[in-house]
Amino acid sequence: MAKITYIEFDGTEHQVEVKPGLSVMEGAVKNNIPGIDADCGGACACATCHVYVDAAWQAKTGTKSAMEESMLDFAENVEDNSRLSCQIKVSDDLDGLVVRMPESQH
Amino acid sequence: MSEAVGHVVIVGAGHAGGTAAALLRQYGYPGPITLLGEEPIPPYQRPPLSKAWLKGEANAEDLALKPLEFYADHDIDFRANTTAERLERAAKKVVLSDGSELTYDSLILATGARAIALPIAGADLDGVLFLRTAADAETLKARVGPGKRLAVVGGGYIGLEVAASGRALGAEVVVLEREPRLLARVACEALSDFFKGYHEVKGVAFELGCSVTAFEGEGGKIAGVRLADGRVIPCDAVVVGVGAQPNDEIARDAGLECARGVVVDLEGRTSDPAVFAIGDVAHRPLPLYDRMFRLESVPNALEQAKQAASAIAGRPAPAGEVPWFWSDQYDLKLQIAGLPFDADRILLRGDPASAKFAVFHLKGDQVQAVEAVNAPPEFMMGKQLIGRRQPVNVDKLADPAVSMKEVAA
Repeated sequence: MAKITYIEFDGTEHQVEVKPGLSVMEGAVKNNIPGIDADCGGACACATCHVYVDAAWQAKTGTKSAMEESMLDFAENVEDNSRLSCQIKVSDDLDGLVVRMPESQH
Repeated sequence: MSEAVGHVVIVGAGHAGGTAAALLRQYGYPGPITLLGEEPIPPYQRPPLSKAWLKGEANAEDLALKPLEFYADHDIDFRANTTAERLERAAKKVVLSDGSELTYDSLILATGARAIALPIAGADLDGVLFLRTAADAETLKARVGPGKRLAVVGGGYIGLEVAASGRALGAEVVVLEREPRLLARVACEALSDFFKGYHEVKGVAFELGCSVTAFEGEGGKIAGVRLADGRVIPCDAVVVGVGAQPNDEIARDAGLECARGVVVDLEGRTSDPAVFAIGDVAHRPLPLYDRMFRLESVPNALEQAKQAASAIAGRPAPAGEVPWFWSDQYDLKLQIAGLPFDADRILLRGDPASAKFAVFHLKGDQVQAVEAVNAPPEFMMGKQLIGRRQPVNVDKLADPAVSMKEVAA
């Protein structure tokens, strides 16, 4: 299991254990954590699971696919460390990961 | 004003009902919640049934909206294999399939829609299948594979996604469609032509403009599909994907206002203020298009779950949404934003031959809808243009060399 900390825009922290193999998005949704909508359920079709990955974790979360890049390019409040959390697969290497959420997913 | 202490009963545990229950808790709603599901399993995602799940790339646990223990952990009384038979509004009571009764303070009808069956001979043969539930998908999965012949009645999204998955599993696939083109009810002609060509390259056969008159069987099992011209298309299984109808009988019988589904307002509230209807069963306002409509989509289910949960938990209603849809077939990602109501022209951006293009439906210089194939910028920016009702420079939009950011600038 990997311990992941999700921080809402208002600062509220949620720390949960996520099973390797799930996505960072699924870790939030299955634990009913607000702030990650994930309308399409992980099909990389909606950009409503946008998160900011803490600098220390950027390398370990991998690189963006062309599709993810393209979707993020048109999302709101995008930063260099923006990712779609449905595209980050959880592994033991991500134990301790911290992600923050934008003000809105729409 | 919050309706904050009463018992919320949710009839239907699909994407809409399951999400409403979870959102009520996420919004801090403290009262008791009962969630009634017709199926034996807790709420799950249906879209992968015709895609990843059928191809064996996702399992039941992946599909679940929440793990089973979520419901007990969050004090949601989830009851599987349970339907509501009758609604007695005066007594604020639902009568369940097992004969017991539940009283409610707020009731959410999330009963969904069911696949339409063809009223023809042989419709009850073994191997005449639908694709709506996980159980349906399980049955279908057991019957498609290398060397198997799969017939699909209906060239809509479900039919085409099943065709693509069937090919991926090595089956021979033929799609039978009544209209002269695919996706006739839901997409423009350019898109229909593109999908037909793409599926043909992948080995799918099509019979368009054909009428299915009977299912032919051998020993009680499907053997072929008879067409009006007398031909029989041999097959080992047939999937009927010709649309869905709302499960609104319980609402009609209880005297709630209904049209093409249960009529609701922007809070998801029916003509009875204590009763809400959300998801596929609801006939709802679409403020962007100034009309009422019934939508069958996951984003619609989620949006209306938010509306009803917000109203019950005493939160402000969510900001209006741009309806959207998606479909995955082979390596194609189709994303649609908006609805092409009142459009007076269709504009093609990009070249379908490159499998990367978008079709814009315009009303004057306003975008009403966009259908984007492997074109996320057109989808994302198109969706924003629709939501803002922002006029566009049509010449720029038609030129793929002009970026979507510049088009919207």
